[in-house]
Amino acid sequence: MGRFLLGRITGAGIVLLLKSFVIFALIGLMPGDPLDLMMNANPETTPEQMAHLRAMYGVDLPITQRYWTWLVAALQGDFGYSRIQHRPVLDIIIPALGNTLILTGAAFVLSTTLAVTLGTIAALKRGTWIDRIINLFAFAGISVPSFWLGLLMIYLFAVRLGWLPAGGMPRPEQGFGGMLAHLVMPVMTLVIVETGGLARYARAAMIEVLSQDYIRTARAKGLTDRRMLVRHALRNALIPVLTLVALQLGGLFSGAALTEAMFAWRGMGRLILEAILGNDYNLALVCLMFVTATILIANICADIAYTWLDPRISLGKRRR
Amino acid sequence: MTEASVSVWQLRWRRLARDRVALGALSVLVLLYGLCFSAAWIEVWLDVTGVDTDLMSRFDPIDARHWLGSDEAGRDEFTRILRGGQISLSIGLFAAIGSSFVGTVIGATAGYFRGRVDMVLMRFTDFMLAMPALPVLIILAAIDLTKLGFSQDFVRSGAAGYWRIVLIVTLLGWTTVARLVRAATLSLVEREFVLAARAQGASSLRILWVHVLPNAVTPIIVATTLRMGSVILTESALSFLGVGIQPPSTSWGSMLTNAQELMASNPLLAVYPGAAILMAVIAINFVGDGLQSAFDPRADPH
Repeated sequence: MGRFLLGRITGAGIVLLLKSFVIFALIGLMPGDPLDLMMNANPETTPEQMAHLRAMYGVDLPITQRYWTWLVAALQGDFGYSRIQHRPVLDIIIPALGNTLILTGAAFVLSTTLAVTLGTIAALKRGTWIDRIINLFAFAGISVPSFWLGLLMIYLFAVRLGWLPAGGMPRPEQGFGGMLAHLVMPVMTLVIVETGGLARYARAAMIEVLSQDYIRTARAKGLTDRRMLVRHALRNALIPVLTLVALQLGGLFSGAALTEAMFAWRGMGRLILEAILGNDYNLALVCLMFVTATILIANICADIAYTWLDPRISLGKRRR
Repeated sequence: MTEASVSVWQLRWRRLARDRVALGALSVLVLLYGLCFSAAWIEVWLDVTGVDTDLMSRFDPIDARHWLGSDEAGRDEFTRILRGGQISLSIGLFAAIGSSFVGTVIGATAGYFRGRVDMVLMRFTDFMLAMPALPVLIILAAIDLTKLGFSQDFVRSGAAGYWRIVLIVTLLGWTTVARLVRAATLSLVEREFVLAARAQGASSLRILWVHVLPNAVTPIIVATTLRMGSVILTESALSFLGVGIQPPSTSWGSMLTNAQELMASNPLLAVYPGAAILMAVIAINFVGDGLQSAFDPRADPH
C-alpha cells in the first residue's frame, strides 16, 4: 500500500512537472508579451527603458531558462504576481477557490444524488415509459450547451420574471438567503448538465448487478424488493458509480468555467478564463497547475476508493 | 469470408432499423446536414441572404420569406443558422474522424507492439487525459500563429481559423479511441487467426490492417459518432468565448455571442442557434447509442 502510494505520487509529480512546462511554453506562444502590454499602458517608455525592462524580465531568454527561473521561484513558494490585479497570485486564487467549492460542491451533491436515484429507478422500470423519460432527460442534459442553458435561465428568471439575480456574488449583508438566490441558477445549470451522464452510468451498473446470480438467490430466499435493493443491489452498483464520482472530484476545484462566466460567479473557472483571455500569464499558469494537481490527486483517491469499496481488487494489480 | 462479413453488417443494420429512436435521430441528422449544405440554394429560392447585411430590414418579424425573422444586421436568421451549421457540423465531422484516426494509430501501435512502446504511449495518453481541457483549448485557440512562423495573411484568413479549431480539437480528443483500440488490439493479437497470419509471414502493418482493425471497427464507429457531439459542443463554447470561429465566418456558437447582447430586446435570436446545437448533438448522441446497441450482440432489444 505504502509503496503503491509512493509510486503513484511520484508519477503524478512527474506528470505535473511536464505539464507545467507544456503550459508554460504554450502560454508563451499567446499574442503579445508582458512588455508589449506594459508599453501600451505607458507610451512614453523610451527604447532604453524597454531594453532595461526586457533584460530585467528576461523575456528574450530561451524558454527553458525562463521556465527554470519560474520553477525555482515556485518551488520556494513564490508564485509571482498577477499582471492585471497587481496582487500576489495566491491572494487571488484562495478566495476564488472558496467560491468555486460552494458552487461546484452544491451542484455535485445534488447531481450525484439525483443521478443515482434516477439511474436506479430507470433500471428497475427498464423498458417502461418512466425509463424512456429519464433517458431523454439524461440525453438532453448531455447534449445541451451549458452557456446557452444559462443564457435562457437568465432571460427567463432574471429578465422576464425578475425572481432571481442575473448573476454576480451575494453581498455579505444579504446573508444566507442572498447566497441561495445567487446560487439557484448556476447550480441548476450544472446539475442539468452533469446528471445525465452519471444517471446513464448508474442505470447500466444497476442493470448489470440486477442480472447477477446473487440477486436471484436473494429473491429466491424471499427477500422483499426493498431489502434486496438496498442490501444487495444498490451497494454493489454503487462501486463503479462512486469511482466515477471520485474521478470527478478533481473537477470541483477547477470550477465550471462557462457556467461561472455566464453567471459572473467569482470562482476558479471564471478566474482561469479571465486570466487566459486577458493575457495574465502568471495567474493563468498557476491556476492551471493547481487545477491539474487536484485532478491528479483525485485520480489517486479514486484508485484507493476503488480498492476500499471492492475487496476483489488489490492495489498492486490494477486494470490498465 | 466476404459473404459472412456482409451478413454481419446486414444483421447490424436490421437491429438498427428496428430501433425507432435511433432511426428517427438519424433522419433528423441527415435532414440537418442536408439543409445546412443546401443553404445557398435555399437563399436563392427564398430570395434572402444570410451573409450580406441589410440595415433597412433589421429585426424583421417572421414571415413567408424570413422563416425565423432577421437579425441585428438585417441578415435572414434561418439561412444564417444554416450557414453557421455548415461550419459547426463539418467541424464536428472532421474533428471526430481526425480524433479517431489519431487514436486508432496510437492505440493499435501500443496494443500491437506492447512492452516499452505500449508503456510510453499509454503514459502519454494519461498525460493528455489529465489536461484541463477547456483552458488548454482556449490557449491553443488563442496562440499567435505568427510566432510559429506562419504568414500574417494566412493567420487572418477564415480557413486558418477553421482548420485551427479542427486541429486542436483533434489533438485533445483522441484518447478515448486510443484506449478502446489498444484494448481490442491486445486481445485480438492473441487469437489464432493472427498467429496463423504471422506464421505465413504477413507484415505487422498487414496484420493490423486486415485482421485487427476490422474486428475493432464497431467501437471505433460508436466512439466517433459520440465524439462528433462533444466536438460540436466544444466548438460552440470556443466560438461563444470569442476564440473560435471569427467573423465574417459564423458558427452556431459565435451567433450566440452576438445574440447575448440583444437578449433583453430580441430573445428569440439567442434561442435559435442554441436550439440548433441541442438538436444536432442530441440526435448524434441518440444515433451513437443506437449504434452501440445494434453492434453489441449482448444488448437487449428495446
